[in-house]
Amino acid sequence: MSDGFQIIVGPQHPALKEPESFTFTVDGENVVKAEVRIGYAHKGIEKLAETKTYIQNIPLVERICGICNVAHTLCYCQNIEYLYGKEIPRRAEYLRVIIEELNRIHSHLLWVGVAGHEVGFDTLFMLVWRDREVVMDLIEAMTGNRVSTALMTVGGVRRDVTPELEQKLRKGMDILEERTKYYRKVVLDERSLLQRLIGVGRLTSAEVVEHSAVGPTARASGIKSDVRSDDPYAAHDEVPFNVISYDSCDLFGRTVVRVDETFEAINQVRYCLDHMPSGPIRMRLPNTPPRGEAVSRVEAPRGEDIHYVRSNGTDKPERYKIRAPTLGNLSALVEMLTSKGDYQVRIADIPVILAGIDPCMCCMDRSVRFVEPAKDREWMLDWEQLKQYSRRN
Amino acid sequence: MGLVNWARRKSPWLVHFNTGGCNACDIEVLAALMPRYDLERFGAVLKGSPRHADVLVVTGPVNMQIRDRIIRIYEQMASPKFVVSVGNCCNSSGVYRGAYQVYPGLDSVIPVDAYIYGCPPKPEAIINGVAALLGKIKEMGQTPKETSPQVTA
Repeated sequence: MSDGFQIIVGPQHPALKEPESFTFTVDGENVVKAEVRIGYAHKGIEKLAETKTYIQNIPLVERICGICNVAHTLCYCQNIEYLYGKEIPRRAEYLRVIIEELNRIHSHLLWVGVAGHEVGFDTLFMLVWRDREVVMDLIEAMTGNRVSTALMTVGGVRRDVTPELEQKLRKGMDILEERTKYYRKVVLDERSLLQRLIGVGRLTSAEVVEHSAVGPTARASGIKSDVRSDDPYAAHDEVPFNVISYDSCDLFGRTVVRVDETFEAINQVRYCLDHMPSGPIRMRLPNTPPRGEAVSRVEAPRGEDIHYVRSNGTDKPERYKIRAPTLGNLSALVEMLTSKGDYQVRIADIPVILAGIDPCMCCMDRSVRFVEPAKDREWMLDWEQLKQYSRRN
Repeated sequence: MGLVNWARRKSPWLVHFNTGGCNACDIEVLAALMPRYDLERFGAVLKGSPRHADVLVVTGPVNMQIRDRIIRIYEQMASPKFVVSVGNCCNSSGVYRGAYQVYPGLDSVIPVDAYIYGCPPKPEAIINGVAALLGKIKEMGQTPKETSPQVTA
């Protein structure tokens, strides 16, 4: 690089299987080139899955991602059920939708808080995380755990919703709806937030298609793609919801999409509670699925999650392949971080654009290294300093 | 020593490092710092740089890519320094045991002062672990030796 600095942001980002390190080439304040390097949090889950039985793999798959663990376990269990070619009880499918949407509410609220934090609006961060405890309590009441739910199993779910829990869920949904309305108002009206979000992290709908972006990132660019409506699984063929999309193609759109999806999730939980069929919640299946292969898709909070399994007739999978949504959004992220034409990416906007695809960059030690090879000079900015810098500008 | 130790006990600054875990422990560590649980009432503040911190809070299984980085971060911290290992996979590689990329536990790489069990541990457990560590720092001030037995919360 003869012109411009190189900035290294990273090295780890722990969200899914894809930690990232970014190298930015900057010209003054503008980022002209972004490169991504992944693989820091590689643990070998796919290989490990081949050494465990199908039931033993459920806790492992749950720990691919702690935040969207329901999406991964749902995708896994569905996949194994596809191998058997069996339909699971309808009540179990409704319960799966309930826990999936509770998980989505928790993930989206978490993201709104983190986005507030990245732009220096810590009051929003604290308030959203306080109200997020409501949904964490509901998840704990329903499954016994706050984060890793362990509700899914091959052939159904492990726990039922009792009438007392149903009352709790309805009450919790009312509180969450009221609070989310307030946050929607804040997101739409608060000027200090709007100035940091509008026009930042631009991704046109043509770029979404080109880079195969998924989830709220794609929907904020006007692409109405959602596995729940395109290829309904569990009870999503019966539970009505609107695919939220927004055409502003920037971070503001991504925020609005996530907040509005929270409302949809709340309404889906209510619909499931109203229309829950009675019956068993689990179907016993033999330990060994028949020989074959299957692919299953689930709309995780961050986008489309794809699992593939090949069975060779034993009680362990022969091959397991996982594609988590952040991988789909990474190349689109590089596009968002590159200045082109009238679209300028400033260094100060890097944290919030990175957070924009929801890779959970909130919780790690990170540092930024500025390198100027011409003068053989380099210096470091840690994540805190970068955030301070981003707030001054 | 008494005054320094008192100050250290009243304001343990944390640096949080994820060694490639699933993020569940990370959101619980953050939740412990949020208004409901409010770990900050013990004076604990999350800092970005290991050079500012007294306590290294580690989550996630230590994998081969991270090993050198965690050692470097540990060495960057000023002494006396304390390490809290949060979650089963950080304590003993947990569900990832047997994976080709994962070390058996954080204590095989750097010395650990407090272990917090759970997958993920609840925020209450994390607060309990930090409080146990603070008790340990208090004991440390009363004995001349800077090392004391490990605590488990």
